[in-house]
Amino acid sequence: MAWQWFHRLGSPRWFYEKSSAWLPWLAGASVLLLLVGAAWGLGFAPQDAKQGNSYRIIYIHVPASFLALAGYYLMAISGAIGLIWKMKLSFVVMRAAAPIGAALTFVALLTGAVWGKPTWGTYWVWDARITSMLILFFLYVGVIALSRAFSRDQLADKACALLALVGTVNIPIIYKSVDWWFTLHQPATIKLTESSSIDPSMFYPLLTMIIGFYGFYAWALILHTRTLVLQREWRTQWVQKLMGEGR
Amino acid sequence: MEFQFASLADFLAMNGHGPFVWVAYGVTLATMAGLLLQPVLRKRQLQREFLREQRIRARRADSRQIAAPVMETAAAE
Repeated sequence: MAWQWFHRLGSPRWFYEKSSAWLPWLAGASVLLLLVGAAWGLGFAPQDAKQGNSYRIIYIHVPASFLALAGYYLMAISGAIGLIWKMKLSFVVMRAAAPIGAALTFVALLTGAVWGKPTWGTYWVWDARITSMLILFFLYVGVIALSRAFSRDQLADKACALLALVGTVNIPIIYKSVDWWFTLHQPATIKLTESSSIDPSMFYPLLTMIIGFYGFYAWALILHTRTLVLQREWRTQWVQKLMGEGR
Repeated sequence: MEFQFASLADFLAMNGHGPFVWVAYGVTLATMAGLLLQPVLRKRQLQREFLREQRIRARRADSRQIAAPVMETAAAE
């Protein structure tokens, strides 16, 4: 009995039915947080003493980078759970996480480049942080490409999970890149162990955006997972019935 | 906490950093909207595929019903 929830968690049908109730709450909360956070960051937070108004890009650059990294953990862990416990839903989540992660990594790189121009005088430098983020982007794209390269889903699942797991080597490199190598990139603004190098008037809107981005990520992940579940379970009775009802 | 800019024009210009800030926010918004739209469109596509399959199945069932008596008469001759 104690393991029942664990098995249920692995059932695509259970997930599909339950998650439809979560979606409106997640959507509402994340849209609200993102709107408040963006207005706060763009209009009400004070101007940065050194960087002027260009620093306002931080309110999307940092949350997008956080989620690009957290999303990679999620993808790799889902892949590992799928490999170890042969959990169906786990592989589906892994595959759903790949395009979202790729998009957020793209956002992190692009906002970084646009921020770099007025601050560093250049859109791009081949330093450790930016290069390792670019590798993260290619890892995501690699998982997407690999997932489409096999005609059998089971083979594709295993290949993607292996690639995702091998790619985790990159994650600590990204974290430490601003400390290990000389770079134009500023060191981490928010630290868990010591006091942050950011004023509260700038920190609270940033925190709002970070939580908003987490909400958005969960929302997008559930949407993508649900569609993949329908696609995968296409031949099952419950999906055919659902489609017949037009839901 | 108060609004940091004197006017809307000021807000859009951001002391010359406007284009950078707005491009960054615009592309981010478009990417996020795309991420939400993609699964919705895919689901609609699946729904259409389902309806198409159903029509084909129904047509097959119809043609079988018409074909059956013809074959019977052929056998009687």
